[in-house]
Amino acid sequence: MKKYRLYLFEAIMVALLVFFLYPFVIVFINSAKDAFSVTQYPMRLPEHWGQLFTNMATIWTSSNVRYSSSFVSSLVITVFSLAVVTIFPAMAGWVLVRTKTRASQFIFLLFVAAMVIPFQIVMFPLVSWFRAIFTVTGIRLLRTYLGIIVAYLGFGLSLSVFMYHGFIKSIPLELEEAAIIDGSRLPGVFFRIIFPLLTPVHATIGILHGIWIWNDFLLPLLVLGKGNRIQTLPLAVANFAGAYVKQWDLILTAILMAMIPVLIFFFVAQKRIVKGMVAGSIK
Amino acid sequence: MNHYQRNSATFWLFLTPVLVAFALVIVVPFFVGAYYSLTDWNATARAGQGLTFVGLANFARTFQDPGFIYSFIVTTIYTIVNVALINVLAIALSLVVTSRLRLRNVYRMGFFIPYLIGGLVLGYLWQFIFNVAVLSVGESIGFLSFLADPERLLLGRVPTAIFAIVIVGTWQYAGYIMMIYVAAIEGVPEELYEASRIDGASEWQKFRSITVPMIAQAFTITMFLTLVTSFKQFDVNFALTSGGPATTFMGKPIFGSQLLAMNIYQTAFTGNDLAAGQARAVIFFIVLVVFSVVQVTINKRKELEM
Repeated sequence: MKKYRLYLFEAIMVALLVFFLYPFVIVFINSAKDAFSVTQYPMRLPEHWGQLFTNMATIWTSSNVRYSSSFVSSLVITVFSLAVVTIFPAMAGWVLVRTKTRASQFIFLLFVAAMVIPFQIVMFPLVSWFRAIFTVTGIRLLRTYLGIIVAYLGFGLSLSVFMYHGFIKSIPLELEEAAIIDGSRLPGVFFRIIFPLLTPVHATIGILHGIWIWNDFLLPLLVLGKGNRIQTLPLAVANFAGAYVKQWDLILTAILMAMIPVLIFFFVAQKRIVKGMVAGSIK
Repeated sequence: MNHYQRNSATFWLFLTPVLVAFALVIVVPFFVGAYYSLTDWNATARAGQGLTFVGLANFARTFQDPGFIYSFIVTTIYTIVNVALINVLAIALSLVVTSRLRLRNVYRMGFFIPYLIGGLVLGYLWQFIFNVAVLSVGESIGFLSFLADPERLLLGRVPTAIFAIVIVGTWQYAGYIMMIYVAAIEGVPEELYEASRIDGASEWQKFRSITVPMIAQAFTITMFLTLVTSFKQFDVNFALTSGGPATTFMGKPIFGSQLLAMNIYQTAFTGNDLAAGQARAVIFFIVLVVFSVVQVTINKRKELEM
């Protein structure tokens, strides 16, 4: 009796999961249809799977999507933003933990307090201020990789500093003292001893910030702008969906192609991702 | 350890990159923005040139705008419903995926997947489901024929369009919140459950008297995260309904499903009124801080009671 109920429960859960993930099936099957059958028979399997490649080719060459270039831009922005939003906050977190002065306490509190600042209150002034910086110094921050990476460092560093700070507090000081007695200078102590110990935090921050940066829409829309040479995949999808209203066969193909890189990455690294997510969120 | 105290050069050197970015991206725009909300800032005036100080006029205008008041009410309702649904679903799922079911790890991954995809992409995807796929399901399955009525499309009427954003928001976020509950549940010592088994406690009693109090800390985090993300919802709103359908409120035509984040964006760009948009953003910020402080205080107090 007990066993029978367990199997029933398992079956219900499987059915529920299939239902839950069915939107992804819908995207997939409808990316392989033409404009007519996508609206007439959206729940049926496609008649010719070959249409999938025709649609994908259309998106690939579309001047709104510029798939390969958008993909590379998304990748460049995510990778470099993640690099700066781990390394610099780790350095900051370390000196803030190890130096017990008023200044260090104040700076740490400032970062923590800034976590409640929503993007909305800084977004308009940020754009005009970036423009002003260009007029005065000639450094281009709008519509450039530099600008958006600096922006992600600014918005991501509070959470990063907070997490590194919490982790470094638990690293025994003796480890560093031994190296100092052996004649290491402080920066060397950090990069050779502390930084490698922070791997679990790097992973958590990489995943949390990585999902955010890769999928972000509003910040790239404001900092990179519409129709820029540099555009991320979400901008490309919005750009395409705006230009081809109700052309569902192609919009769904664009959606599919925007999702593929993330899904591949997830299936390759799922164990680490889930572990990293949980470790970070509970702290 | 005075090695560190003596090395203030290292201290400032290591802090410089984050301090520069912080000043550039957060501090300066924050204060400049607070000032701009008190001026007649608009798209044609360049920063700092010819701005006139207008006091609280932008705020007064905002509070008289039916579009803003409506958006505020709708966002509050959306946030409450979304927070409740996400957390109920996430707790239920976390209990399932920490049970003895054989495929529990498959469920864990599966329910988490929507969180990996951005709200913008998901918004377009669900627009297709609500406008096209659901219609076709209604046509082909007899007892669901009411779905095929174009008059009843979810995105076609105001209350259901808002609920559609809730569906997508919950669908996207529940798996992530589930993961946080899972981590908390796995941290509960097994002995407690064993002891209760000996005492003959029912499953519900175990959940109520052991699991819930032991994961009280997780509630503070999940409530905070869901509250803040729901209140800031923009991407799904933008892609799924773009604020529509139109309706009237206090005798003025307005966007029926426009949440606050989108209202701010629209005011500044479509309405070409940056100062008013900025004033709304300031109000948005203050409300968000008040909401989250109240929530965290209540949750912390509950944590102690349990």
